[in-house]
This record gives sequence, C-alpha cells and structure tokens, in this order.
Amino acid sequence: MSTTSTLIQFRLNGEPVSRQVEPHHTLLELVRECGLHGARESCGQGLCGCCTIVVNGQAVTGCIYPAMHAEEAEVGTIEGLEQDGQLDPVQQAFMDAGALQCGFCTPGFILMARQLLQQNSEPSDHEIRHFLAGNLCRCGAYPEIIEAVKLAGQRMRAAA
Amino acid sequence: MNDTNTPERQVGRRIDRLESRSKVTGTADYTHNVVLPRMLHAKIVRSVHAHARILSIDTSAAAAVPGVVKVVTAQDVMRVIPDPHYGPAFHDQPILAIDKVRHIGEPVAVVLSDDVHIAETAAALVSVEYEVLPAVFDEVQAANNTDVLVHDVLRPAGTFPDLKHLAGRKGTNVALDYRLRHGDVKTAFAQAAHVFDHTFRTQQVVHVPLEPMVSIAQPLDRRIIIHTASQSPSFVRLEIARLLGWAENQVQVKTRLLGGGFGAKLYIKLEALAVALALIAHRPVRVALTMEEQFYMITKHATTFRIRSAVDADGRITARHCEVYWNGGAYADIGPRVTQKSGFTAGGPYDIANLDIDSYQVYTNLPPAGAFRGFGITQVVWAYESQADLIAHKLGMDPVAFRRLNLLENGRPHATGTVLKDAGLRLVLDRVASAMDWDKPLDRGTGTVRRGRGIGLGFKALVAPTTSVATITAGGDGSCTLLISTVEMGQGSDTAMAIVAADVLGLRAEDIRVVNPDTDVTPYDMATLGSRSTFSMGNAVKQAAQDLLDKVRALAQEVGLPFEGTRNISTLLKKKFGMQAGTVVGTGSFVPPYQSPDADGRSPDITPNWMVGGTGIEVEVDTETGQFRIVRMENVVDCGTPLNPKVVQTQITGAAIQQLGATFLEKMEFDAEGQLRNASFSEYKIPGILDLPHQMGYAAVDSQQSTGPFGAKGLGESGCFGVASAMAQAIDDAVGVRIVSLPITPEAVYRALAEQRGEPLANTDSTP
Repeated sequence: MSTTSTLIQFRLNGEPVSRQVEPHHTLLELVRECGLHGARESCGQGLCGCCTIVVNGQAVTGCIYPAMHAEEAEVGTIEGLEQDGQLDPVQQAFMDAGALQCGFCTPGFILMARQLLQQNSEPSDHEIRHFLAGNLCRCGAYPEIIEAVKLAGQRMRAAA
Repeated sequence: MNDTNTPERQVGRRIDRLESRSKVTGTADYTHNVVLPRMLHAKIVRSVHAHARILSIDTSAAAAVPGVVKVVTAQDVMRVIPDPHYGPAFHDQPILAIDKVRHIGEPVAVVLSDDVHIAETAAALVSVEYEVLPAVFDEVQAANNTDVLVHDVLRPAGTFPDLKHLAGRKGTNVALDYRLRHGDVKTAFAQAAHVFDHTFRTQQVVHVPLEPMVSIAQPLDRRIIIHTASQSPSFVRLEIARLLGWAENQVQVKTRLLGGGFGAKLYIKLEALAVALALIAHRPVRVALTMEEQFYMITKHATTFRIRSAVDADGRITARHCEVYWNGGAYADIGPRVTQKSGFTAGGPYDIANLDIDSYQVYTNLPPAGAFRGFGITQVVWAYESQADLIAHKLGMDPVAFRRLNLLENGRPHATGTVLKDAGLRLVLDRVASAMDWDKPLDRGTGTVRRGRGIGLGFKALVAPTTSVATITAGGDGSCTLLISTVEMGQGSDTAMAIVAADVLGLRAEDIRVVNPDTDVTPYDMATLGSRSTFSMGNAVKQAAQDLLDKVRALAQEVGLPFEGTRNISTLLKKKFGMQAGTVVGTGSFVPPYQSPDADGRSPDITPNWMVGGTGIEVEVDTETGQFRIVRMENVVDCGTPLNPKVVQTQITGAAIQQLGATFLEKMEFDAEGQLRNASFSEYKIPGILDLPHQMGYAAVDSQQSTGPFGAKGLGESGCFGVASAMAQAIDDAVGVRIVSLPITPEAVYRALAEQRGEPLANTDSTP
C-alpha cells in the first residue's frame, strides 16, 4: 500500500462504503472497483459523458473527478435508479422511445436527462439539445433520445 | 402449416431490444467490464515515426519501476509465436514491430503490471532509438511511385483467390488491383456528346466506438480463452489457432455486448497481442485501448476517385471510367476486400453500357484502414453522385430527372454481368424526392442566407462468399435457446434473430434466449459486418427453427403423441425420458450464392442481394461566413421486410447521423511527418446532439428481398450512402460552389465562396 493512499468514506447509492484511494484515482475507477459498471470510461477526458456519476445531486464526469473528493459525499450511479424492480421514469422512457443502440452511452444520457427534468419538467427541443450537448452517442440515437426526454417529462408531469 | 402457440406474427412487430432493460439499468454486459483473478494490465509503447528502422529498444528503466512485471518486445513475442504476422487478407501485420515501424502509433513494446497506472508510467520510460526513413502518405503517389516501399514483399493470406497472384511480389505498394471491363469504353467516349472528368477525394476518419477496443487473454492448460470486444469471434479463433499452430478447439473466443463496432472491431485486432502477452506472462492479460489509441488502430480509407463519364445529347450516360485509389495505410487489414467489393459498384446504380473500373488498395505510412460502415460504399457514392449532380447541372437537367433517366432497373444486367433483382432503386429515389417535396419550388432565402437542396442515391453488393451456422435448442420445459455467433453491437441483431426464430416456432421473440457468441458453444459465423447478418444469419436461423420443428415432429411420432409445434415439447420429452429432461436440437446453415469475378471483373452472381439507400438534404448557407445549417434531412432505404420497425428506424437515422460526421466534421489531421494532430474528442469532433438536422425523416420502402428471411435484408449501412453528396449538392444549389473533397467544413465553403468572388485565400493546410 502506497503511503499516499487515504481511507475515504462515502455513500454509494445510499449504502455506506469505505475505500483506500490514491490521489491519482478517479471517481470512475472507484465506483467500478465497487462492482458497478454502469459508468464507463470512453474518451477519458470528460468530453463524452459515458462516465457520468452524480455527486451530492450534481452530475460530474467521473473519469476526471478525483476519487478523494467523494469523501463524505452522496454518490449516485445509474444502478441506483431502479426501485423495487420499478424503473425510473427516464429509464422507462428511454426503453419505450428506443433511445439506445449499443447502450454504452445510455446511463450517462439518462443521468443527465434526469438532471434536466429536475430543473425543468417541460423542456423544449432546444433546451434538451443544449443540456445534452456534452454527451456523445456514436450510434446516433439522438432523435430517439430527444423523444425519450420529452416522454419522461410528460409522464413525470402527469404523475406529479 | 401453422404450428403456432400464439397467433401473433413476430415479423414486423415493434419490439424493444431484448437487452434494452440491461442497457438502461447499467447492468449490460460488455467486455469492458471483464475482470479476472491475477489479471495484468498492458500498456503499449508506440512508434513516434511514420517510417523508421528500430535500432535499439532500452527497456531497463521501465523494468526497474516497482510494480512492473515485465517489459515485452517483438523478441519475446517470437519466442511464443515464431511468425507473429497476422491479418485477414495479408499476413503483413506484426504483433509488435520487428526491426521497422510503418506508421505513427504502431505498437513497439508493452509494459505489464497489476496496476494500470504503473504500466502507463513505465511505458513512458521505454527508450527506442530509430533511424527515420522516407515515408509515403498519398495513395496516388504510393501507387505510382516505388521510391518508398511500405513492405518489401507482399504476403497474401491465401484465403482469397483474387489475392493469390500477389504472393511474393516485390517493388510495389499496390495490395490489390480490382478491374472491371464491360463494353467498349474508348469508342463510346469518342462518340460522346459530352465528356465529364472529375476527381473527388475523401479523408481518413476513424470509427471511435465509445467502448474502446479491449481484449483479455486467459491462458489455461493447453488452451486459451479470449474475452474480446470483437465483431468476428469465429475469425479470431481460427487466426489465433493458425498463429499458435493449435487446433481451433484449443482457442475459445467469447464476446459480450459491444459498445459500438462500425467495422473497427472486425477480424483480428488486439487479440493476437493479448494472447502473446498471456503466454509470455503465464497470467491473464488485459489489453484495453484509450480513445486516443483507437486512432492508431484502424481507420476508414481516404480515397482519390477520378471518374470520367461520356454522356449523349439526351443526358444518358453511355460510358464511364472509374479509377479509385484506396489509402490502406501500413497494413492491409480487410482493405483489399473493401477495394474489391466497393469496386463492383463504383460505376453507380445506373445502366451504363460501357464501364471500366480500376480499384487499387495501396499501402502507405498512415495508420491502417479497414471496413467502416459501408465497406467502402460511402467513398464511391460520394464521387459518382457528386458527378451525377455536376452532369445534370451542366446539361440543365433536374438532378432527380437525370437519375430517373439513367437508373438501372430490376431485370437489367449490372456492369458486372449480374442481373439486378429485388433492388428498390426507383422506389427509394422516388420516396426521397416526395419526402423532400421535390416537385415544389424551394424557398431559396434572401440576402446573405441562401437555401439549397440535394439528393444522393447509393447501392451496395453484399459481401460474399460467407457462411453462417445456427443452432436452436428446446429444453425439458420446451423453452428455446438460440446459439449464434452474430455479435450484438447495437444494431439489434439478437432481437432480429429472435424474431425470425420465434416467427417460425410460434413463440414470442421475447421468450427466445439468445446466447452471446462463444466459440466453444455457438457455431461458426463469418463475421458481423457489411449488413450481412439479417440476410445470411437470418436464413440460417430460419432453417434451424424449421429443423427444430422437424425434430419435434419426429419425436412426437417416436413417442406416439400428436405433433403440436412447440406447444407440447415438454410433454414429448417427458414421455421419452420419464421426467423433465432432454434437449431437442435444430440446426441450419446458409451459404449465399456467389461466383468470384473473372479476369474482367465480371460474374453472373456478384452478390446475393443489393442494398439501397438514399438521402435528401436541405441546407441554409451564410454567404458571408460559409457557416451552414441542415434544415432538413430525409433518409430512405430498401431493407426488404422490416423485421423490427422500432430498430429499423434507429438504424436508418443513426447511420445517416454517423455519416454526417464524415460529411462535415471529421478528418484525421496529419502533419508533413505523418504525426496525427487531433487524436482526441477535443479536436476530432464527432456528431453531437447540436449537429442534428433541424428536421429529420426516415422511411423503409415497401419491398421484398425474395431470397431473404421473411423477405428481409440488411440495413445497418444503407442510411449512410447518399448523405455526403446530397450535402455537397445542397450547398452548391444554395450558393453555387462545389466542394469535391470531404469534409465539407464551413471553412471549405468560405474558401470556395472567396474564390468564387475572385479573392482566393492562402492555403495553410499542411496535411500530406
């Protein structure tokens, strides 16, 4: 064990976790070492959104976010959305709208779409595009993703 | 016969992908996630020169880093694999560079460690001394000039008959020359009313699947398991077995869901390196690329296409000569197949009585080029459709009318001699035109904002010869499992195959379990490429399902009970075995008809089917800045019967959006020494959500592929075909400038507008 490592404690999808981390470890590495693989490394530069993780309610790019900053934080990943076998409305809308192909970028889009809908339950096309501009989908499922966000917003408003 | 449990047809149902729930919950299983006990991480030391002799490699500083298990060079590789050259068409690519490097980023050495960060740090300490050699980058120059030879001797793999004559050839960079000779081109040109001569270029681009390439080799007693994000597990198995001199059954290749492929993960990529490292280290080894490293692994061919056409007074194309140079980079990969298959249709979907084609696969000192969504078709469509628009313009004809006049009709022989059948060329063209309201006048804008529109149409011959084998089992409770080596990479193949099987078996597609490819378990399939799975594997799956029903019927007869399709399999098995036990197995295989071309490039059976795609684009161009905006894009394909309309939709629009990247955003930028300047998403922009056309439509025409499963054929690529040329035409239509080299950037448009005004700008581009 390196002398630079630090023991940190945080909550991961609501459960308490303590881990030894190094200064160069990213939050993405940390959650993946915890066995959660929904956040993924793709560009490695915080430019594609595949590594999106929620820290204290705020979506961050996990591949460039220092693991040590998770100390005492509430860390949320895509795996934390499903409750008692029920998908989150945004997850369900992505399925229903067919808003995914290879699926590698999908968790990042869903987490960002949730952030948007929390701030604005009825976003326009323009607002959806603007908010999701930092997430990339090489399969080009963007039209269906826009539909999914609208559909989720409709359902969330109807349920509210 | 109707042996169905459920009356509902499966073909044509809009159903969710079988794996979609796992994809929205983050639990989807990718090779990216595989972690094995005692697994080492490999970091690759890469060449910093495009062409150089390796004088020495000093690994001592790297090996001295605490935590480094081993530093590996080609000398170590050759102790476990004496001839470490691999490749599907040529055995030209060394696992690690031997004596020479031939492109920037070529793997030279590898550092192994339990900790990926230690491996990365140590890799930077490996010191390689080079003697830099002159390099060649341009495909036309490399083909016609032998001052710089990328390879001293050509080494075809022997699997393709049209490459055998190249064995042992020296003094050339041309790795395949496909030629077609049809009619009398020379005489037709001499008699032509109009002659057109244009050269169009495409740039080198890269697939960048968001799951970067990854392979993990796990050595066991006299066998090896390879977990790999591959589109072709069957090929990996046979190529690794060949390299090791082992039997195929000693090599087990397992794939999972792929986080995108697009051709990048075809044939053999990191697997040979992972296997060599695992055999050297006697431990599992993970080789995983970063996004930057993907730029050095495999790319899409840059091309130069000179197209000359003879046209009569009525606007009919009477003769054409196509000369296509494909920049294959330093290693052939599957480039020679791209050159040949796209060579077949380089003349375009037109009825041309006299046609010559020369298509050359050329070695250069750039990163290798292979197949990228379309297998070379997008490059040839770019040229022949761009020229179609230029001819129509010159003759004062409407671009759609010009195409309608020249279109090849079903029942007419294509220039290769193969008769066109089940190809919805006219259907697609007409549908694009109607979706674009082509007959109505366009609002052309005012002042500095001008509007224009264009249409592009392309077609493609299917890759052949190929083999697909499928197995379906029914267990003791009658539930069915489909075993195929088709790789689910986002195209929806697992679902499509389940639909085909379920339709035959009278089940719901969701009730069929589709097993991920595992060469110990799933039977042979050539590869998941070129939109071949729906057609080829679909036919094999349909046959396997029918065979399963035949086996159930025989079982019913054997045990003396009525045959009720899949409904009473459990009863039949229970009667036979006395308990819930046993398995019924159905198998099927499919080899589409195909005949290799003769010396003139002709064959009565060049393709098992024709795929068709067309695009219409309307743009708005700012004449002061060259900036443009796609107001509207309509994409139409002929995919025969849409098996699953929900996936068909995303495949059409997704292909078109991806092709927008190559059309106006993406270009690998090399400097004069062959150094890549933009190997990152910060500088190499792929289409994002803000790049979407303002309005997008899609359609699949009402058509049937008579030889396909339930009338279906592939469509993963068709949405790409017509995009680029439609864009060039739309811009030309708007502001009167013609871009002949991709990508069509605002800067390119601005420069062309400046030149149009008689104020040309200085060229600052140093790209070789």
